[in-house]
Amino acid sequence: MSPDPAHGQPPGPGPPPAAPLAHGSAPFPGLGPEAHVMVGNADLFVNWARKSSLWYLLFATACCGIELMQAGASRYDMDRFGAVFRATPRQSDLMLVAGTITHKMADRVKRLYDQMPEPKYVISMGSCANTGGPFYKDSYCVVKGVDLLIPVDVYIPGCPPRPEALIDGIMSLQKIIMRKKNYGAKA
Amino acid sequence: MTTRTDALPTQEMTINMGPQHPSTHGVLRVILTTDGEVVTRAVPDVGYLHRALEKIGERVTYAQYMPFTDRLDYLAAMNCNCAWAWTVEKLAKIEVPERAEYLRVIVCELNRISSHLIAFGSYTADMGAFTPFLYAIREREQVNDLFEMLCGNRLTYNYARVGGVSGDAPPGFLEKTREFLDYFEPKLDEYNNLISYNKIFVHRLANVAVIPAEEAVAYGLTGPNLRGSGVPFDLRKDEPYSVYPKFDFKVCVGTGERGTLGDCFDRYMVRINEMRESVKIVRQAVARIPDGPVRAKVPRLFKPPVGETYFRSECPRGETGIYLISDGSVNPFRLKIRTGSFVTMNIFEKVTRGLMIADVVAVIGSFDIILPEIDR
Amino acid sequence: METQAVFDMLKGKFGDAVVELQGAGFSPAFVVVAPAAVKEVSRFLKEDPALSFDSLMCLSGVDYKEKFAVAYHLHSLKHRHAIGLKVMLPRENPSLPTVDDVWPAANFQEREAYDLFGIAFEGSKDLRRILLPEDWEGHPLRKDYKYPDFYHGIKV
Repeated sequence: MSPDPAHGQPPGPGPPPAAPLAHGSAPFPGLGPEAHVMVGNADLFVNWARKSSLWYLLFATACCGIELMQAGASRYDMDRFGAVFRATPRQSDLMLVAGTITHKMADRVKRLYDQMPEPKYVISMGSCANTGGPFYKDSYCVVKGVDLLIPVDVYIPGCPPRPEALIDGIMSLQKIIMRKKNYGAKA
Repeated sequence: MTTRTDALPTQEMTINMGPQHPSTHGVLRVILTTDGEVVTRAVPDVGYLHRALEKIGERVTYAQYMPFTDRLDYLAAMNCNCAWAWTVEKLAKIEVPERAEYLRVIVCELNRISSHLIAFGSYTADMGAFTPFLYAIREREQVNDLFEMLCGNRLTYNYARVGGVSGDAPPGFLEKTREFLDYFEPKLDEYNNLISYNKIFVHRLANVAVIPAEEAVAYGLTGPNLRGSGVPFDLRKDEPYSVYPKFDFKVCVGTGERGTLGDCFDRYMVRINEMRESVKIVRQAVARIPDGPVRAKVPRLFKPPVGETYFRSECPRGETGIYLISDGSVNPFRLKIRTGSFVTMNIFEKVTRGLMIADVVAVIGSFDIILPEIDR
Repeated sequence: METQAVFDMLKGKFGDAVVELQGAGFSPAFVVVAPAAVKEVSRFLKEDPALSFDSLMCLSGVDYKEKFAVAYHLHSLKHRHAIGLKVMLPRENPSLPTVDDVWPAANFQEREAYDLFGIAFEGSKDLRRILLPEDWEGHPLRKDYKYPDFYHGIKV
């Protein structure tokens, strides 16, 4: 690959070009390009499949929902990481709680979480979902953190978080998923 | 001839739509009573995002309340920022430097464009066309870039201050704005070619949920929803505030061009046309902005005089009126925010009677409601 | 039409039911009327051709500590003038007639005042809580409201 002049790399001989990858090779990090046959490690395969198609429930309650929409649209395009939105919890793997949860909403959040099939993950996006955010002190009807209702895997700070932060949160969750043990003796 | 369905006994069914639903634009819940596919009653149930912004207003100072106005309508945070600043300035009779007013008009109109872009994009997505949404976000990101340049944030800006704005425009901002306008204006024709006059789209919107002018006024509709019914009322023109009288623009009203006056298509078209007018205003403001300070001297522990004031300004979703009562202390005594979306929801039950279920989605989108404005 | 002229007109028509004019420091000025007369005054304000206040911009409950109040902000699209209408209410069992048959726009805002202040609007076609859950206790925008500790087992 030639160096991209737009990124300010010095002209001249760059690093030696990598050998072109054969079709379908090296899908599993750490196994090298020769891993066409998988032996033993089913965890790796299952986790890889799970992390690569994180379909999230479109659960935009407040401001963060707009950043979520924009992260999924033209410029940031979260589809690149296998994260596409679903409108129903029954088809979702990931619940992205984007926005303030009020007490009136609280039992709906719980119910939506219960409707999702296992394995399921939760990302709490933004200060309101993390702790209640700017409404922590003076509001009488905001739940102070969605973790009072459902278990949370990744917290993303910000009010609202930028799409880059959201994508970083998704990738952190992918790392967590890759560490999961599904088969054999539980660690 | 008696068809088989006439002979069959039918029963009304109650369906719950929301609060988690992709096309209710947030956490709106609608309780639909349907007879087959026809809605006999649609009762909106709001309050799932009630965050007590009015109570918070009584417990923080005037300056501290500014970030909360961002969250009042996050799609048009600049407009809400400025509405709050204008209200307090009206109450305390503060003179604002002219450059600050010009900057406010520029950001308000840019925010109107980006808000109407979301309205356009999500409406077409609700109607089953996802591609225009991506086009709308493409342009919206550029407005976000401009705002980021100005105040460092993409969505909740906290830019206005009582007595001016938080900082002057950075070097290059006005040029970038002009470039954006040149880029954006032809895109409106692209949208019209892409979707506005698409036959399926027009059929989904035209003659659906017609609101006659008198009804729109009686139900307190404002903004594009009122103008969609053919009432040429725009606070920027009719009750001018800030430096709006200095600009030349026209008030867009619905014309019934594809159906009846006051239908969903008219409300949609008003927003598209309004973006063009906003471009016009920003162009004039950028050309004529004077030099000078951007912030008047306001004491740090600001105490306005005792009094009550009501200020209304034209936000993308209609009139945002702030009723502010001061008892002379550092906190507002009472703060009531009247928002376009909240009042619009009042007419929802009336206009959806007798529509098909799919048309209910068309009505929600055509009102361009946003939940934090309804629930506050 | 000037506020003073509107006030004089109302005073001539309704007499003692129109209490006072709150002018200085108020923008727009308020005409204070007795609770029982609010519906008749509203109808007159809307239907008199010289006034024709056809739109209710804003209806707000206010807690003035010793009293409650309901403030109506009216505007006329025809004549382009605005006025405020205010009704003072006692702290115990505040109630007044609804105006939702004069201006349909009032319904949601009356429900909001009922929800957040506990002001009852007699004759309203649909008076329920609107923003808070049905089983919420108390009316949060009252000045003496104490925040609850728990709601459905979740800390408030």
